[in-house]
Amino acid sequence: MTVPIVILLDGVLYAAVLFLVSAGLTLVYGVMRILNIAHGSLYALGAYAGTFLVVVYLRTGGPAPFMYLALLVGALLAGAISGPLVERLLLRPIYAREEVVQLLVTYSLFLILEDVMKLIWGVNPYYVAGPYAFLGTVSIAGVRYAWYQLLLILVALGTGILVSLAIRGTRLGRMMIAVTADREISAAMGINVGRVCTLAFTAGAVLAALGGALVGPLIAVAPGISVEAIVLAFAVVVIGGLGSLEGAALGALIVGIARAAAVQLFPEVELATVYLIMVAVLLFRPRGLFGEWEVRRI
Amino acid sequence: MKPRTALSLVAAAAFGLAPLALPGWVMFLLTLALAKSVVVLAIALLLRGGLVSFGHGMFFAAGAYTVGLVMKWFGLQEALILTALGVLVSAGVAALLGLIIARYRGIFFAMLNMAISMVVYALLLKLYWVTGGTDGIGIRTPTILGMTPDRQNLRLVMYYFTLVLTLPAFYAVDRFWNSPLGFMLRAVRDNEVRVEYMGSSVARVIYASYIVSGALGGLSGILTGFSVGHIVPELAYWTTSGEFVFVAVLGGAASIPGPLVGSIAFEFLKSYASKYAAYTWQMTLGIAMLLIILFMPTGLWTIYDLLTRQVRSWRPSSKPAR
Repeated sequence: MTVPIVILLDGVLYAAVLFLVSAGLTLVYGVMRILNIAHGSLYALGAYAGTFLVVVYLRTGGPAPFMYLALLVGALLAGAISGPLVERLLLRPIYAREEVVQLLVTYSLFLILEDVMKLIWGVNPYYVAGPYAFLGTVSIAGVRYAWYQLLLILVALGTGILVSLAIRGTRLGRMMIAVTADREISAAMGINVGRVCTLAFTAGAVLAALGGALVGPLIAVAPGISVEAIVLAFAVVVIGGLGSLEGAALGALIVGIARAAAVQLFPEVELATVYLIMVAVLLFRPRGLFGEWEVRRI
Repeated sequence: MKPRTALSLVAAAAFGLAPLALPGWVMFLLTLALAKSVVVLAIALLLRGGLVSFGHGMFFAAGAYTVGLVMKWFGLQEALILTALGVLVSAGVAALLGLIIARYRGIFFAMLNMAISMVVYALLLKLYWVTGGTDGIGIRTPTILGMTPDRQNLRLVMYYFTLVLTLPAFYAVDRFWNSPLGFMLRAVRDNEVRVEYMGSSVARVIYASYIVSGALGGLSGILTGFSVGHIVPELAYWTTSGEFVFVAVLGGAASIPGPLVGSIAFEFLKSYASKYAAYTWQMTLGIAMLLIILFMPTGLWTIYDLLTRQVRSWRPSSKPAR
């Protein structure tokens, strides 16, 4: 009887992390119309920076509860430094270029960041269980579950609500919506499109890094997690519909639970299951569940 | 005879005579470069239509694993039959995936390829009782037309086997690009809507090109498998596909010799560089690719174009300099 509960809990946990990563991906796509293939690398960067700062902090011998702060600071630093840098230096020159060129440029960035992380943190996996072990466990319907995992789900939920409130409620958020809808007219109305793009990209990078940093203590942080993240996040945003935040949330839940079920029942075909679902969604709704139906260009 | 034809014949002759002049290890690298140039060609073929695939490793792996598994299960040794089988299977895989992938362009096309190749990678890795998992499958020396090459000449025989299958692939793609379908594909990149107005189906053009591209990817994997003698799931990993895209961009996708020149340059560069830069190899590729995309959009072939333009401008018949 415990298997369905494990699937549900693990599924929601995966979904929480996936939501953070894919919310960033979909936000960036919405505003800039660029699918950042290096988004998974930003997630990995967050995971490395977060866990690394926790290790450094624990070595100083400070009070243990503040290690969560170190984790968050790591994620914020990773996102807030890499975001504007990448947007200004790499993406800005290619907004007007062909889509193929944009894809190749973000792909190059993906290749570069993969090695940058190897150079900084080496190839050996990081296991940082401190934040995970500190909070202890709780028993839910006979299944042992860590408080940290529940906390992670809550943080993801809170972030999601915060982001969607910020986009709908603040001046800056509305500017983002305007740029998403029509770049040229937004510029004509006096919106500084370049700055909105930098901000949106940075927000996306911070979300990805946050996802990485939060999941860091639960996994082995090692080379290869970036490609896993982008491949799953891509499935999420495609299922949900590119550019839609609600879609990312629903897509994350679907992918998370499907993945948890596959891991429990048929571990060999874990990734294949996720993609079978994606293909099924695409067959019936080619633009994803929440995607806008574009008028067919002939 | 047109200069183009003459040049191709000279190149073919040079490849044919290469073993007389070059040492064994160079021949091995050249064999690999030739084999891999075919999958690069497959990527270049799609790039012409404005489509980039970050997952051609899956066709590469499909071809190689077909050969490996058929050899293992049925004990079939004949290289030509194995090659034909592998090409058929990879074309079949492309035909099946193309049903979905050919509906998409740009981002979706690129990412779906990458994602599905990662699924293939995961399957190859985890279904170890079939595929041997991380150990992969060893490929024994095949027979060619019923003859078993002897040990001393093996390298040489594999070189010629690869050459004999590679050059026709290049010829075929040249013909494809100059066929109505090839021109349609180029038109798709320029303006999809107009292609539809002319009464052609964009989806059908892309579907057909995708199958051709998949078959070429498979052929490349088969040839590589034969000459390396061992196949592993990494053939389908995203970094493998990434290298193929890199070489296509390096060589310049707009020309037929581009993939070949790029592939040879890359294989030699890699054999040196990976010794010194194991941790920075990916990064070097990324930086080089960025520079090429931003500053030299037609790849290494740009140099050739510049040179021929120079030569032409020296001729007395050409327009006088302004």
